[in-house]
Amino acid sequence: MSGIWGALLELGDKLAAHILLSAAAIALGIAVALPLAIWASRSPPVARATLGFASLVQTIPALALLALFFPILLSLRAVFGEGLPTLGFLPALLALSLYALLPILRNAVTAQANLDPGVIEAADGVGMTFWQRLRLVEAPLSAPYIMAGIRTAAVWTIGAATLSTTIGQPSLGDPIFAGLQTQNWVLVLAGCIASAGLALIADALLGTIERGLAKRQRALTFGGLGAVALGILAALIFHFGGNDDDRIVIGAKGFSEQYILARLIGQRLEAAGYTVDYRDGLGSAVAHRAVSSGAIDVLVDYTGTIWTNQMKRADNPDRDTMLAEIVEWETRTSGTHVLGRLGFENAYGIAMTRAKAAAGRFETIADLAARGQNMTIGGDPEFFERPEWIAVRDTYGLRFAARRNFSPTFMYNALQSGEADAIGAYTSDGRIEADDLVFLKDPQGAFPNYDAIVLIAPETGKDEGLVEALKPLIGSIGVEAMRAANLSVDREENKLSFDEAARRLAEGAGK
Amino acid sequence: MTTTPQALLEFRDIRKSFDATQAVAGVSLEIARGQFVALVGASGSGKSTLLKTVNRLVEPTSGTVRFDREDVESLPLAALRRRIGYVFQSVGLFPHMTVAENIAIGPRLTGEKLAGSRIAELLDLVDLDRALAERMPDELSGGQRQRVGVARALASEPRLLLMDEPFGALDPVTRDALGERVHTLHADLALTTVMVTHDMAEALLLADRVLVMDGGEIVADETPHSLLEGAGGEIAQGLVAVPRAQADRLAELAR
Repeated sequence: MSGIWGALLELGDKLAAHILLSAAAIALGIAVALPLAIWASRSPPVARATLGFASLVQTIPALALLALFFPILLSLRAVFGEGLPTLGFLPALLALSLYALLPILRNAVTAQANLDPGVIEAADGVGMTFWQRLRLVEAPLSAPYIMAGIRTAAVWTIGAATLSTTIGQPSLGDPIFAGLQTQNWVLVLAGCIASAGLALIADALLGTIERGLAKRQRALTFGGLGAVALGILAALIFHFGGNDDDRIVIGAKGFSEQYILARLIGQRLEAAGYTVDYRDGLGSAVAHRAVSSGAIDVLVDYTGTIWTNQMKRADNPDRDTMLAEIVEWETRTSGTHVLGRLGFENAYGIAMTRAKAAAGRFETIADLAARGQNMTIGGDPEFFERPEWIAVRDTYGLRFAARRNFSPTFMYNALQSGEADAIGAYTSDGRIEADDLVFLKDPQGAFPNYDAIVLIAPETGKDEGLVEALKPLIGSIGVEAMRAANLSVDREENKLSFDEAARRLAEGAGK
Repeated sequence: MTTTPQALLEFRDIRKSFDATQAVAGVSLEIARGQFVALVGASGSGKSTLLKTVNRLVEPTSGTVRFDREDVESLPLAALRRRIGYVFQSVGLFPHMTVAENIAIGPRLTGEKLAGSRIAELLDLVDLDRALAERMPDELSGGQRQRVGVARALASEPRLLLMDEPFGALDPVTRDALGERVHTLHADLALTTVMVTHDMAEALLLADRVLVMDGGEIVADETPHSLLEGAGGEIAQGLVAVPRAQADRLAELAR
């Protein structure tokens, strides 16, 4: 239990970001829904169209809706220019607002439809104009119902906002996704408790306002409104109180090694006097775009990933040539600064349990191609879509009976339990040794190099102090040290926190 | 038809169709200042529709209505309605406002604040306790609510009062008392009143001119006295026969 308390206490900035995102999304939802509801109450076709659209939006899974805003905003850059953010707050805000639309709109339209016709006749009869009728009669009589809709929207939005972690917006989803990645259930639980607690508090406060409106008790209404405003104000102060402009944002993709390396970089920068912030759980393509556009400041990426996914190259040169070309490409296309290699390589490779490999006499990928047709191959959700896998598959003519996607952590469990016979694994993973796995040899050299390199955003790269603070990391982390650090956060027993693992890695590394 | 100088309301060939049905089928009529006119007829005879063309809650398909010699179409809608008191069966008190706020709503719309003494005076006019001013509508009885409705209609000091089945939902005792009250107010405040009702007895007792409508047309235009004398034709006499027969039976019972 004390672990959960500790984890909860560290969630302050995530909570503040979560509150601000949810409040902004609900506010935008209200701002759009209410005029639409007024229009809809005067025109049945508009009512059908708007309610139909809002219901349709509701059927899209929240995660997909969030993800869809990345390409939508990307294409809108043609209109609004390159400055339009495609990740983080803006797409999360837009997706969540759309999600909040339905309950507010539906309640507002229903409230309007259910107004006593006698009251409306009286309003017209005494000579009210359109706006007087709206302000003096329709709005106050509909308010409790609209408030009930806002309340529903708030609970939904606060829950769905946890998913905005995946598009680079900090939220209470950060600990949930990080915990899921490393089977750290304390983190998952802390994130769930915090977001559920926030939803319950919001529900209670908005419920107070709703009761105040229904019973026409101003004290209740304004008390509830005041409490909501105070909560948002506190989140604003907490969020923007620190000197935000100087804050260095370190990105991490969604696996343990990335979380640890981000903390390692963060600790060095903090020691050098910088304020840092983490943007965890980013998708691979999202992360690279984020650093090259300056949405994050620092990222550890892998040469082979950039080579095949961003540069779309199919050839496979030696590691020095590859790095030199990447440096040239990054400088030319975005001005992203490549600081250098960390020292270890985290390649994709095809791994099997030692026992199964020995029993089937599998030594190379070619052996798997020859005798593995009845087997099941597992990979992380990105693996089978990546050009590296397609290159390897085509080079060796790999064919399997089935292929399955797992989150990186569960992929290793699947190998142990026999749900997968071979997996696309990472060479720096601590579980390679712990689980006694072997990598099949790649005699054709189909997998490229995956040297871990430090990328710095174009503007941030001009900060010499920052570059100097990170330089000692270059060439300082060997694959054994990285594997040990990865294992220390992934193992079932005696798990270390990312911060602690990073500290121990630093002690063994460059100092 | 020539316009007499005293006419406050003038209808000229008013027609109103709702889809296929014709609710008002060509009505021309003048109502002089100070008259208390009852519009009587069965349900669907077009009497409410005709009444509502005056304050434009219904826009006629063709024809013109003149109020104080001005075409109502040419007047700003809100301004027109604020000059006309309107009382109707379902009352339509604003449930989120106190009795005082309901009464003061008309003047408030033009930025005028009704004094507490004036609200008390209006409550007196409709025989309501002044202490009710701060009550909410849902604390009142049906009769009290309609009295507030009348007070609200009189708050802007209109010269014309339109009433659409104003006492239709009230119990007979309340109905009679409020009818009498309105009759007195009509005289005291020098109002011109047009009341729609399906109850001929009410019309005969309150009005000084009774119009009978049937199928969208006016089929009789008589004083109560001449109706009781047998004038007005078959439809009008059919309506008069009902209260007369009731009165005869009651007289029989009392004997």
